[in-house]
Amino acid sequence: MTPTQPDILGHFGPYGGRFVPETLMAPLEQVEAEWRKARLDPGFQAELRHLLENYAGRPTPLYYAKRLSEILGGARIYLKREDLLHTGAHKINNCLGQILLARRMGKNRIIAETGAGQHGVATATACALFGLDCTVYMGIEDMRRQRLNVFRMRLLGAKVVGVTAGSQTLKDAISEAIRDWVTNVETTHYLLGSALGPHPYPVMVREFHRCIGEEARQQILEIEGRLPDAVIACVGGGSNAIGIFHPFLSDAPVRLIGVEAGGRGPELGEHAARFSGGFPGVLQGTYSYLLQDDDGQIALTHSVSAGLDYASVGPEHALLRDMKRAEYTSCSDADALAAARRLAQTEGIIPALESAHAVAEAMRRAPSEPGQVYVVNVSGRGDKDTGIYVENFPELDQP
Amino acid sequence: MSRIRDKFAELKSRGETALIAYLTAGDPSPDLTARLVWALERGGVDMIELGVPFSDPLADGPRIQLAMDRALKHHVNLPRVLDIAREIRTRSSIPLVLFSYLNPLLRYGFERCASEAAAAGIDGCLATDLTVEEAEDRVKALHSAGLETVFLAAPTSTLRRLELVSRYSTGFIYLVSRTGVTGEQEALSQSVARMVSALKDVTDKPLAVGFGISRPEQAAAVGRMADAVVVGSAFVRVIEEYAQAPDLEARIEDLARRLKEPLRASQ
Repeated sequence: MTPTQPDILGHFGPYGGRFVPETLMAPLEQVEAEWRKARLDPGFQAELRHLLENYAGRPTPLYYAKRLSEILGGARIYLKREDLLHTGAHKINNCLGQILLARRMGKNRIIAETGAGQHGVATATACALFGLDCTVYMGIEDMRRQRLNVFRMRLLGAKVVGVTAGSQTLKDAISEAIRDWVTNVETTHYLLGSALGPHPYPVMVREFHRCIGEEARQQILEIEGRLPDAVIACVGGGSNAIGIFHPFLSDAPVRLIGVEAGGRGPELGEHAARFSGGFPGVLQGTYSYLLQDDDGQIALTHSVSAGLDYASVGPEHALLRDMKRAEYTSCSDADALAAARRLAQTEGIIPALESAHAVAEAMRRAPSEPGQVYVVNVSGRGDKDTGIYVENFPELDQP
Repeated sequence: MSRIRDKFAELKSRGETALIAYLTAGDPSPDLTARLVWALERGGVDMIELGVPFSDPLADGPRIQLAMDRALKHHVNLPRVLDIAREIRTRSSIPLVLFSYLNPLLRYGFERCASEAAAAGIDGCLATDLTVEEAEDRVKALHSAGLETVFLAAPTSTLRRLELVSRYSTGFIYLVSRTGVTGEQEALSQSVARMVSALKDVTDKPLAVGFGISRPEQAAAVGRMADAVVVGSAFVRVIEEYAQAPDLEARIEDLARRLKEPLRASQ
């Protein structure tokens, strides 16, 4: 198949589109127009490439996890090391791109939402780099469990606003950021952090992260002399996954595997596995799979990983799933925690809890698929999750 | 026949501006909503926007978010909102506009929702997050059920968008007075007059202005320019503060009367 592209109104098949209050339509059209111009502007592309290479640290390595692969005794597992990027996750790719766009549009105030805090930190970093005013919305439950990132954002000069509505997690932070944007639209750019929300965000964010998959594809061809059998990534909103999947879409034999948060179990409210428990609907500007009750109220979600704890999923993933081009599975809190610990102790890499979901899926499959080659996106590093690791591995926290 | 169009025609012939009140259905409890609507009508309200509670109302400020939370605590879903509409209709023919976020309508089934709403006595529908780009099929469904459609126009809307909003709106056009979410404001946006005049250049449909209007003098100022004034959060605040009070209905009626007073013979 050819890579999926949205139609002029931002639809990926039946999904995506623009479902926002009218006030936001003109600014969305402005962001889209500016992005389309920037893509064709060699000056913009050169500046972005310069920042990605010299500031963020691209390209990131594709690392063969030799000990882990040998212990599992099956597939050869390669790790795409987005965790080595400046700020500790892939999120910086998109932030640098959108910051340059905001400057082109003359917007000097940036707002963002954050779940795990990685997007918030990346946004605060990019704002500091360009001297822009930065406000990050974060659910207070997430502020509690990702306290370190809250402090990092403040140290970088950003204002972090705690959101007390609803489940006090990512969904509520996005609603509050949208309310801010609708109020301050003349001066403010909304730096949305995932491949979610109204058009053009899903396609624009994907394009800013496409470098992950482009590099990984070239690197695996150089190392193995062939394409991988599977590319595995965690899916919250789905930005790291769509970034690594998209350059492989035309490579029919390459299986694309997205891993959602299985949380504590399959009951509504206990997980964030939209594709196994969801039903298409509209949330926060886009039409996609959505965890909701019979009345169309958005369900509460749970994941040990704040970055995957969201009721909807990027619309392009919904299309890829319907087309059966990508497959989506889920991983429990417990398996993600165990995978993180195992990766730490076999490879010396402590992954973010989000990325640990992808690692867990690779570990689950590898023993039965000898000879296969996997590329796993380690989208972020686990420093921010130290508090949660301490809670879950108390035996390591003895004097 | 259309209760909405008839009402605008009737008011126009008397030189009056319409007062439209927003209530979240089921706030503070489902058995009170019809009584509050009747009280609003006694106070002079001409039309009602009946809000469908939604868990994630991203266009609303804190006041209406809390109203929706109160209604959701009573499990007020779309069928229950239509029950409330039927109850209102036992004693009133005031025009009712269903005011909803899209997802509860989609989940119920959009066409089924349109026909059941019409049967329950609803006259029109405004979906806050339904943009004109996504509207085509849904507008058809609403019209074929006999419902009027209402779309939002905003201070940021381009001329091209205002034309589309006008084309898809039949009942009236809801002009958002300022950028922002719903909620009471000290001062009225300076740009209302400019926006009203821009819209009047592209449409002859009735114009309702809302967002941030809570006081009689604000209503009076807007009433001189528009065909209707929408007040939401100010009524919702009274409900929030006096939910348990025996004179809640009287207070709502009184606020309606004070807001409507300057709109009589205002044009």
